[in-house]
Amino acid sequence: MDASRLDGNSVAGLLHEIFGTDMTPALGTCGNCGVDEPLGAMHAYRSAGVVLRCPHCNHMLVKIVDSETATWISSTGVRTLRIPKQEA
Amino acid sequence: MAGAAVLGRLTWRVADVVDVAAETARTKTIAFDVPEWPGHRAGQHVDVRLTAEDGYQAERSYSIASAPDGARLELTVERLDDGEVSPYLTDELRPGDRIELRGPVGGYFVWEPAEGGPVLLVAGGSGVVPLMAMIRRRAAAGSDAEMRLLFSSRAWDDVIYRDELERRAGDRLLVVHTLTRVQPDGWTGYARRIDEAMLREVAPGPNERPLVFVCGPTPFVESVANALVRLGHEPRRIKTERFGPTGG
Repeated sequence: MDASRLDGNSVAGLLHEIFGTDMTPALGTCGNCGVDEPLGAMHAYRSAGVVLRCPHCNHMLVKIVDSETATWISSTGVRTLRIPKQEA
Repeated sequence: MAGAAVLGRLTWRVADVVDVAAETARTKTIAFDVPEWPGHRAGQHVDVRLTAEDGYQAERSYSIASAPDGARLELTVERLDDGEVSPYLTDELRPGDRIELRGPVGGYFVWEPAEGGPVLLVAGGSGVVPLMAMIRRRAAAGSDAEMRLLFSSRAWDDVIYRDELERRAGDRLLVVHTLTRVQPDGWTGYARRIDEAMLREVAPGPNERPLVFVCGPTPFVESVANALVRLGHEPRRIKTERFGPTGG
């Protein structure tokens, strides 16, 4: 068990800034094991960037590096993202 | 006007500190006045940003402790000795100071009175903060949803919101403490880490399909969530929020 692990809730602000909407209830499908989970429930690791991993198989889903000049996102590990429409 | 945000975008806001109050030796509640605060749901966070004189910035995410109440917002912060942000918030902030924050963020780990109950809240240490927002929200809304809080602390003096929880208990709100390290003389409550047997005794049964919110350090959250699943609770009804020692 890794105590440095957080979850997607802890990076809600960063995700909101990038996607322009709350992403914690968005469902991501793991590209490895195929299980859907809300991003808020994904495992998150923070160091120089943010890494989201599947809580079932630990597959790396999304990597984000945010610098002053650009935001880099690699999302090759996630098969689909289903973003619910915000209530008006 | 200045506070008008583009729809869906998060904007940094200036928040005025209006009150700082000790909860325990290591935690303080800081109340802010945030002009044009759009409101929040119980369980949501804010990001706090501190900027040093040389321009260096540090950001951390904190759970909101208060129920929605106009422009007033409360955060309860635990001081982490090697933290970059929490010692400043707990030791340095005074009424009249200003910090930057943005939010509310996070719509996953939230409870609204309309969702009803039964609700099981399981807290480890300062993981009680977003759960307290739910308890306060329930009270403010006059909800009669059945709610149970199982709260693990090291010692009686480390129990955050102790008096308020005692005051609010009853009226379909059950509060159960476990003290894992030191117990007062004559303590008859639980005196161990939360385990399957304790959850079986305190939690509504899986057949009642409670909504479950678990918040605490990562090992605590995983151990509780796994025990609940072994007891037959539906994984999809168990929402978890982990915070780590790296938070600071």
